[in-house]
Amino acid sequence: MDNDTARPRRQFLTVRDVTKTFQIGADSVEALRRVNLTMDKGEFVCLIGASGCGKSTLLRIIAGFEQPSSGQVSVYEHPVTGPGSDRGMVFQDYALFPWMTVRENISFGPRQKGLPKERIRAITDEYLNMVGLANFSDRFPQQLSGGMKQRVAIARVLANECEVLLMDEPFGALDALTREKLQQELLEIWTRTRVTVIFVTHSVEEAVVLSDRVVVMTAGPGRIEADIPIELARPREVSAIDFNQVRRDITLRLTSHVASRSVALAA
Amino acid sequence: MSQSSITTAPAASGIAAGAAMPGRVWPQERAQGILLAIAFPVALVVLWHLLVVMSGTRLVPTPYRVGVMMYDFAFGGVYDDAFSGTIVIHLLASMQRVYGGFALAIIIGIPLGLLIGKVRIIRQMLDPTLSLLRPIPVTAWLPLSMIFFGLGPRSAVFLVFLGAFYPILLNTIFGVRSVDLRLFEAASMLGCDGSRMFRQVVLPAATPSIFNGLRLAHGFAWILIVVGEMTGVPTGLGSVIMDGRTLSRTDLVITGMIVIGVAGFITDRIIVSINNRVLRWSPQHHG
Repeated sequence: MDNDTARPRRQFLTVRDVTKTFQIGADSVEALRRVNLTMDKGEFVCLIGASGCGKSTLLRIIAGFEQPSSGQVSVYEHPVTGPGSDRGMVFQDYALFPWMTVRENISFGPRQKGLPKERIRAITDEYLNMVGLANFSDRFPQQLSGGMKQRVAIARVLANECEVLLMDEPFGALDALTREKLQQELLEIWTRTRVTVIFVTHSVEEAVVLSDRVVVMTAGPGRIEADIPIELARPREVSAIDFNQVRRDITLRLTSHVASRSVALAA
Repeated sequence: MSQSSITTAPAASGIAAGAAMPGRVWPQERAQGILLAIAFPVALVVLWHLLVVMSGTRLVPTPYRVGVMMYDFAFGGVYDDAFSGTIVIHLLASMQRVYGGFALAIIIGIPLGLLIGKVRIIRQMLDPTLSLLRPIPVTAWLPLSMIFFGLGPRSAVFLVFLGAFYPILLNTIFGVRSVDLRLFEAASMLGCDGSRMFRQVVLPAATPSIFNGLRLAHGFAWILIVVGEMTGVPTGLGSVIMDGRTLSRTDLVITGMIVIGVAGFITDRIIVSINNRVLRWSPQHHG
């Protein structure tokens, strides 16, 4: 991050006054109310909150899969109107094309652009190596473990030269060991590519390990409760005292809100 | 439908790969399978023989008599009548009609199914009419098809087409409708849209279901050939069976039935092997 405050910084990604209301039968549910968020290029931001706080909805709106009921998302002041290759989503359930090999999945984006064959091959090889799956390039997704599938999903959007990596609880379905390994790999990839990351999670530890900023969201209706910069030096050690301090602070913010809400509901 | 993209249970990390694929079949297991597959029909033939002999019926021939008829039908030299050595003529005639009608059903059924499955206005326009026409038995179309296409092979092709069309259409629609929505989202964020989406996502994702439809439709196609060839064509296995019935030659009827069974079986195996090759990414869809 630069400290150059003399000239106005051009915001990379802005979410301005985004509200989202879902119509469920006769009821309308307010999933997001007047959410504002700005991000710099290359930042790693985690969205955290209890189920139903609208964090996934916000991510899907940024991806362009959902339209906000009001407000706007823009990338470099270009309003987002639909899915685009500048924003790549990594889904919790991978969403790989099961009929394509690992190589074909990763080269999907470059192939859509109609790049020359050698160029596609070079890009695909680069990302296959980056996620350590060069030896598995001819496997089908069904022949891979969960962790490997998620590596393919990450490589697939990076190969498409996305500028923002949108990750919707990407490691939520993985076992603890694989999860930790992938967190480290993701940080390495982030350091190397300097891609901007928005990462949805409900694990405080994961958020603190990974991000520059933790955005805490609360439910009913979904809105941003706090925006906390994480200033711990990297690489971060989960057993360190200062790490625990930060983790405790964030957990408190999350639970105090839940507690006050349940008191309000009980009253 | 078991689309593999929805995986809730995490597989073990590291090299768990390969485990998802079916293991190699051991030679003796394979031999046992083939033996069992042969033993059962052999037992049926023995039972058939015993029942005919013990009941003393003259209406049903023994397997041996059918075997002789089959030989004569294939090579001639036994009865030397109108049917001797004519198997190739009849088989080819029937195959042309079956595959003609089947191919027509594929050419129309798959693209139409993709469109109905994916494009809402086309579904709204065509689905009610098609659903209304579907319950009408193919045999009920026989008189009209004879008026439309005359007394000849084209009428048989039309009936086969009608019978094969609906399984292909419905399975294609089902295949498209059950594609995981995330795959469309993933494709669109990677820059895929419009007609490319059809070719690169909709069609391959619907393939397992389409092949189901093809196998069903192929079965119906052979079923309907007998009906189709009742329309007064002089050749074809259906017409042989009809002639056998008129002449009270049950051995001829059963011979025709067996030839249809074998031809259908072989084609089904061919479809299955294409299926396994095309769907090598999804072992649970292997036939």
